[in-house]
Amino acid sequence: MVKINIDGKDYEVEPKDNLLQTLLSLKIDVPYFCWHPAMGSVGSCRQCAVKKYADEKDTKGRIVMSCMEPVVDGMRISVDDPEVKQFRANLIELTMTDHPHDCPVCDEGGECHLQDVTLMSGHNYRRYEYNKRTHKNQYLGPFINHEMNRCIACYRCVRFYRDYAGGRDFNVFASRNRVYFGRYEDGVLQNEFSGNLVEVCPTGVFTDKIFKEHYTRKWDLTTAPTICQNCSLGCNIIAGERYGTIRRITSRYNEKVNGYFICDRGRFGYEYVNSDLRLREPLRRGQASGQLEEVDQKTVFNYFEKLFKKNARFLGIGSPRASLEANHALQMMVGKDNFFAGVNEVDQRLTLKALQILRESPAEVPSLRETENADVVVVLGEDVTNTAPMLALSLRQASRKRPLELPEKMHIPTWNERAVDELLQDERGPFFVLTPTETKLDDIATATYRQVPQNIARLAQAVAHYIDPEAPEVSALTDSEKALAKQIGDELLNAKQPLIVSGTSLQDETLLEGAANIAIALKKRQKTPWIFLTLPEANSAGLALLDEKNLNMAFEKALSEKYDALIVLENDLYRRLETDKVDKLLDAFEHIIVLHYLQNPTTDKANLIVPVGPFTETDGTMVNNEGRAQRYFQVFYPGDTIKESWRWLGQIMAKGNLQKERTLNNLDDFIDALIQDYPQLSAVKDAAPDASFRIAGQKIPRQSHRYSGRTSMQAHINVSEPKPPEDPDTPMSFTMEGYQGPQPGAVLSRYWYPGWNSVQALNKFQIEVGGGLHDGKPGERVLDLSAKEGMSYFTQIPEPFAAQENNFLGVPLYHIFGSEELSIHTKGVAELTPKPYILLNEADTEGLGDQVKVQINDRTVELELRKTTVLPKGAAGLPVGLPDMGAIKFPVWIKISG
Amino acid sequence: MERPLTQHIRPGEYLTAAEYRKTGGYEGLKKALKMTPKEVQETVKRAGLRGRGGAGFPTGLKWSFVPLGPDAPRPKYLVANGDEMEPGTFKDRLLIEGNPHQLIEGMIISAYAIEAEIGYIFLRWAYKKGAQIIEKALAEAYDAGLLGKNILGSGFNFDLYLHTSAGRYICGEETALLNSLEGKRANPRPKPPFPQTSGLFGKPTIVNNIETLSNVPHILRNGADWYQSISLSEDAGTKLFGVSGKVKNPGLWELPLGITLREVLEEYAGGMRDGLQFKGLLPGGASTDFLTKDHLDIKLDYEGVAEAGSRLGTGTMIVLDDKTCVVGMVRNLEHFFAQESCGWCTPCREGLPWTEKILTSIENGTGKMEDLDILAGMTKTLAPGNTFCPLAPGAMEPLQSALKYFREDFERHIKEKRCPWRS
Repeated sequence: MVKINIDGKDYEVEPKDNLLQTLLSLKIDVPYFCWHPAMGSVGSCRQCAVKKYADEKDTKGRIVMSCMEPVVDGMRISVDDPEVKQFRANLIELTMTDHPHDCPVCDEGGECHLQDVTLMSGHNYRRYEYNKRTHKNQYLGPFINHEMNRCIACYRCVRFYRDYAGGRDFNVFASRNRVYFGRYEDGVLQNEFSGNLVEVCPTGVFTDKIFKEHYTRKWDLTTAPTICQNCSLGCNIIAGERYGTIRRITSRYNEKVNGYFICDRGRFGYEYVNSDLRLREPLRRGQASGQLEEVDQKTVFNYFEKLFKKNARFLGIGSPRASLEANHALQMMVGKDNFFAGVNEVDQRLTLKALQILRESPAEVPSLRETENADVVVVLGEDVTNTAPMLALSLRQASRKRPLELPEKMHIPTWNERAVDELLQDERGPFFVLTPTETKLDDIATATYRQVPQNIARLAQAVAHYIDPEAPEVSALTDSEKALAKQIGDELLNAKQPLIVSGTSLQDETLLEGAANIAIALKKRQKTPWIFLTLPEANSAGLALLDEKNLNMAFEKALSEKYDALIVLENDLYRRLETDKVDKLLDAFEHIIVLHYLQNPTTDKANLIVPVGPFTETDGTMVNNEGRAQRYFQVFYPGDTIKESWRWLGQIMAKGNLQKERTLNNLDDFIDALIQDYPQLSAVKDAAPDASFRIAGQKIPRQSHRYSGRTSMQAHINVSEPKPPEDPDTPMSFTMEGYQGPQPGAVLSRYWYPGWNSVQALNKFQIEVGGGLHDGKPGERVLDLSAKEGMSYFTQIPEPFAAQENNFLGVPLYHIFGSEELSIHTKGVAELTPKPYILLNEADTEGLGDQVKVQINDRTVELELRKTTVLPKGAAGLPVGLPDMGAIKFPVWIKISG
Repeated sequence: MERPLTQHIRPGEYLTAAEYRKTGGYEGLKKALKMTPKEVQETVKRAGLRGRGGAGFPTGLKWSFVPLGPDAPRPKYLVANGDEMEPGTFKDRLLIEGNPHQLIEGMIISAYAIEAEIGYIFLRWAYKKGAQIIEKALAEAYDAGLLGKNILGSGFNFDLYLHTSAGRYICGEETALLNSLEGKRANPRPKPPFPQTSGLFGKPTIVNNIETLSNVPHILRNGADWYQSISLSEDAGTKLFGVSGKVKNPGLWELPLGITLREVLEEYAGGMRDGLQFKGLLPGGASTDFLTKDHLDIKLDYEGVAEAGSRLGTGTMIVLDDKTCVVGMVRNLEHFFAQESCGWCTPCREGLPWTEKILTSIENGTGKMEDLDILAGMTKTLAPGNTFCPLAPGAMEPLQSALKYFREDFERHIKEKRCPWRS
């Protein structure tokens, strides 16, 4: 701690940040543009000027940029000195000379950092009376709108896009007051994190194009804190609604998980909740028509009552996309024996293996954001940019960890970003990417290894054996493989904090075993590594913790035992098992009941569809890939018929007198029931405040203090304002009534503070800038994932891959846009989704045309042929999850012709 | 009077390696190679050589910040700043086109002093002839074993390359130059860290002006005392002084530091052309404050010019006469500076175009008295320390001094709604 004096007052502060960040942490308002807590200081905008005095006798002082000043003991500064205030006013006046002042038609209006700073810096009347410079705008793809005339040249966009996120197709062009931020020509932004430009841009140059299609001012959005459903990382997001549709997703700060940013699939892949495919009323298959017909709620309950009366046997299939509470509710209803995790045998086996390693291995499990502190990274198999995109962003930062030791040694503060950049140039730490084909992290890789999953697993085992000769030995390695294993092993041993990244996406558990063996070997050498494993879906971990039985077992059981009714929870079985298998499974039941929000091939087969809400209309808890339970909250009340799955199931159970010893009315009741059945999940309760939580006796409002139109929104239906819906499940109200002040992190639904209307208001909600949120829980770990002793080596080492004549080994490939089930309903995501294809090594394509017939499992599909020199010979890349690819059971050998 | 830098230069020709040797060339290098790098630094420090690019920082002191010895980061770099783009400045051109080996020798010695193994001559794009001459001279030096491995059998290795700039004034700023040399945008870098510790490609680097480096061989050959003795001032050595504008004999002369402004103007530049009165001048290039006839007797050295309220800068003066409109002249300069802003920091990027527009408006007779307040405010906002680099503060120097000494001329434009100097 050092003592500094600010405007005559003494403060004790840690001398770790620059002065600007320190001032903001002390909640002192200082305007700024170019500085960003995740991206450091560059000193370009000059807006954060303060006065600095040499000593107590110095009354004149000199103007310095607070973002470029280290905090030192005894420092004397002034924010309020008239001369520096005048300087800041002059600066913003200069900044605004070319700005078009088009706030009324600008999407940023009302949440614009430029507006905030203009006001804060004291600029009102325009003296500049000449022509403004103008620019042409570019088409940047389906997600980002470009309006360059608004640009104030803070350089944040280009710093985020290129320096932070590693994008190459965006830059700053030209010079002087003609500087232009964009692409070298019109075109889709290629970086997976481009949506963050919307939030890092202090004004309306980069705005959310999908938001624009159904635009609403910030103050008119009803918002709630929620969790991204589009991969297993569980990034925190805020969803905003008006008139019953979700208008946009923005990132929600979580210092443990996603930090300040989210990926484009998370930001834009939500449109399915607004889709025409939504199921909003109960549907029952008419006996006469054979068609699904809209029915009322009572019919739903009657349907179940009849089944209960008949003592029908239910088989329940859960979902890795549904909440813990929803899955558990179904499990309570059908009984543990009759409940099956709604994932296929391979997915479940891999997920369980991953959880076993997380729990039992001698490695520690970092959170997503903590991975940024690893100084040596080995990625085994995962194409993280496409399977867990935000992990790619974090690993990119980790690649700078080792090089950052140099500026520290030279006493160059690491927040001095430009100085650090110039010193380090392109220096990266040891970073190894072992995947079947190219990845977007290859540009920072020390070495890459391109092989089929089993060979990657073998190399991982070889690394483990190199580190600890007690680990199983791998035979038949090539010299280059031996050299690489040694290189990786040496770097891991030399690391301060090694990180092993792997996951389930290649559908090969030997990879996970290889990762575990490296961890065990390192521990034997007195090094505690980090291990970070990605899982298939948003709640894969949660579901696997509830039940270990998979869909293939359900299939066997349904066919061997007599069941009357199948209940499918928020799941499309056709994505999980081969079509004929699902058909057979469904045929085994007289009653097929599906709880879902979206029409899909499974709901098409249902006898009864129970309309439930997607994540934006429901509450629940998800467990991410690192075992963190996080609560997501309903954004708005969708009407009577759309309920949480757990609520529907609770009401249905009541009709059948099931679970009658339990009260199952609201979310807290379901969480209590869950914990009663699964005491090991007790942390779920602590993931967020419960429904009784109040601040100053008040609920937390989902609507802002400036929400407009509430008395008139429904006036065309009824001139009397309807009674606002109650929320029995959360500490939040659906209206603007409630406590508008600072709220605990887990229920914080917008960043807004007096004088700070933009997302930059976040500074006011953090204990210190860049640190944790006030009273904030970044979720709770439900598993004990500390490093454990005693796990022994996995001894099974796969055979080396041998290419076969006329037979190709299928290797799953992933696309951030396309592989995920529901985000594809966003028009822009669909636009960026590739057509189904097959990827082969050039050497394997002789005699093949542009379109080939591919025999996968028992079916033949026609696919476009793509060629590469990277994927090993004898392997065939199959982009899984893409529409028309169908469910594929791995490992798979395929035949290609034509 | 000694003119070590220019005495052998013949107009329109350049000294070949052999010719340069005949003048005593590369003797300084031989001496230097027998000394330790630290001793070379000490000699230059003792000589009192200060940077000739404009800022006047002591050269030996600058070198002393470079880490030496086996643990120093490698490679280290020496860069000659030949991006001479300051309006009115043409001194380095003479040295490059007239005596390239003097520069090369200076660079080898300087590189030896900081244990640098790679050097670049960063040359203004427009100096096509200079580029050809340097290329030839470099080839000669390599052939003679003066560059490359084991120079003159000393064990010292130094490779020297020519890099021609793409043509931006900002590249004269040493850190922007380094970015440009790396192939990046020519934006200046924050200081600290200084290039001496983190420079080109993040390695220790010295950037010296062409004229500064050209002094080094003579200091080594003749000693620090000699160098101190050839000036008329506390500041040691000679300086290239240039005069442009409507004088009788515009030109460039190597003169001892400490010579008076009057001597240069009257004896060397021959005084004003007939019918014109001296009104003022920019003593050290476009980015220095005006001096007036009240300052004619000041000494031309770093202190002397600073005391008069300006800077010695590059030592190349632009003379203003009474028949030339000062508003038009300053507008021209600000147009240049606005155009050459790199666009990195707000005050420079936005302040200079506004300044230029106001001056244009005043020059065209549409200015207002309030405009003078805005201009005065601009000179404060764009003051040293307020901007990222010295470009904009430099741009404010002619403006603020013009407003101080020639305010009447600005007011006449506004009152008469026209330029009084235009018929």
